[in-house]
Amino acid sequence: MIGKDRVNSAKAGDVTFRDVSTAHQQFRWGKTALWLIVVLLAADFLWAIANNENFGWATIREYFFHPEVVAGLWVSLGLTVVAMILGTILGLILAVMRLSDDSLANGLAGIYIWFFRGTPLLVQLIFWYNLSTLFPTLGINLFGLGLGGWDTNSVITPLTAAILGLALNEAAYMAEIIRGGLLSVDKGQAETASAFGMTRGRALRRIVIPQAMRAIVPPTGNQLISMVKATSLVSVIAMSDLLYAVQSIYNRTFDIVPMLLVAVFWYLIITSVLNIGQGYIERYYGRSDRRNSAAAAMQPTGEV
Amino acid sequence: MTQPIVQARNVHKAYDQLEVLKGIDLDVAPGEVVVMLGPSGSGKSTFLRCINHLESIQQGAILVDGEQMGYRLQGDKLLKLSENAIARQRRKIGMVFQSFNLYPHMTVLQNIIEAPVGIHGESRADATAHAMQLLNRVGLADKAPAYPRQLSGGQQQRVAIARALAIRPKLMLFDEPTSALDPELVGEVLATMRDLAAQGLTMIVVTHEIGFAREAADRVVFMDGGVVVEQGRPGDVLVNPRHPRTQAFLSRFI
Ligand SMILES: Nc1ncnc2c1ncn2[C@@H]1O[C@H](COP(=O)(O)OP(=O)(O)OP(=O)(O)O)[C@@H](O)[C@H]1O
Ligand SMILES: [Mg+2]
Repeated sequence: MIGKDRVNSAKAGDVTFRDVSTAHQQFRWGKTALWLIVVLLAADFLWAIANNENFGWATIREYFFHPEVVAGLWVSLGLTVVAMILGTILGLILAVMRLSDDSLANGLAGIYIWFFRGTPLLVQLIFWYNLSTLFPTLGINLFGLGLGGWDTNSVITPLTAAILGLALNEAAYMAEIIRGGLLSVDKGQAETASAFGMTRGRALRRIVIPQAMRAIVPPTGNQLISMVKATSLVSVIAMSDLLYAVQSIYNRTFDIVPMLLVAVFWYLIITSVLNIGQGYIERYYGRSDRRNSAAAAMQPTGEV
Repeated sequence: MTQPIVQARNVHKAYDQLEVLKGIDLDVAPGEVVVMLGPSGSGKSTFLRCINHLESIQQGAILVDGEQMGYRLQGDKLLKLSENAIARQRRKIGMVFQSFNLYPHMTVLQNIIEAPVGIHGESRADATAHAMQLLNRVGLADKAPAYPRQLSGGQQQRVAIARALAIRPKLMLFDEPTSALDPELVGEVLATMRDLAAQGLTMIVVTHEIGFAREAADRVVFMDGGVVVEQGRPGDVLVNPRHPRTQAFLSRFI
């Protein structure tokens, strides 16, 4: 038996072995002082802002839950969710096309991504909104053989133009993110799946995509947060989102800064919530990495 | 005589200009254990991958359980099968890889029941019971809820073997199952494979483990340069190799 004292004083050459469990944390004056200064400055800054009448805190409080603002908030959130879902689905299809051996599929996806990543979203939105000036009717019109269709103006409303614009643009970015994720998965995995007689679709769904998720989730979180803010662009096509709502209020009341701050705070709240959610999702897809499996072992397969 | 499980005739395979298989003929009878030996680059892995059509061949034919892999006969025309039909053909062949290739995002149990439940339509309860039985057989019943990363290489490979057995394969292909293992872990995997051989599973094993070939093989096939140079009972080929290239290869193991 080696007693504690023995360990503390055991010598090997001229090195003394002291058990690390006896170590103390040294109090660090410099760091503590720095903390104090930073906290003090931040508090002073916040105090100055809070007491600055020009920010219009009363107005902000008054309008924060104003029905118009709340309605706009829901429009922004709804657009984000719908455009993100459509963009991700289309992005997945594009990514798979991009990775296929078929040169037609590969080429089409390449052109799509090239075009939508290469043009400003704002221009795309205005373009979709004004589609009727280019194509008065929508439908299959093979080389002039009219095969029926719809009046463009009845199809393209601010809402559909906003969804189309945001989703199609998002798909181009998601395609690249998903493609990168799929490429990050060891090739042996897809090969094993096919050796076991899985079809390509099933192998993608059950084996490759779940492993690709770890590479896909973080940049997708970024995209989602960008999307929340990108929805504010739809105010230019008269879609009454959050920004449009506060704009229409300050057009009446002239409280420009307070109303913009209302929007700013809402955007910050949404993106903060999304950040927290992203953390949970990342931990979920990283669960097989944890050495301690007690909790992880209980995960359901979530299959068929 | 019963129909062989594998019938390979004049199999040729090339990657671009590189001819890897130059006319392989091989029959494997039900229950037979064939060990393939040969120097690196002789085409052993390629041949295994051709058997379950992970690679297509340019000439010749491979039949597994009487079905031509990758093709079907319509009238007297030979037609390429669709992806999905080829996937269906592969479902009776189990494969074990050098690098294990367990699905890292699934637990051991999930790895094993993935194909039986998802592809073969077994009920989850039946598949789980069968999986536990197989895990018992490879001595890893307590590892069912673990993730692959939490296992040693030898344990991972035994799980991979259980996973391949779970589809009740008519044929098992092993591509250097012990080459990625630390020497002290090789034994446990070979022991598992010896059990399978003794129980009458049809196996084609590519390996550099001459000891395993001697004890477990019904037949040893020696490949070099894309052709079968020599084959026969392990007692003959391993002890009294006739071909100089076999002699040269085996001399390195003595
Ligand atoms: N996908 C591929 N593309 C091009 N060449 C390949 C490919 N796979 C294998 N080869 C070549 O085919 C030849 C045979 O390879 P194979 O893997 O079948 O050999 P092997 O007998 O299994 O060797 P080892 O004992 O090293 O595993 C090698 O020269 C290899 O470089
Ligand atoms: Mg090989």
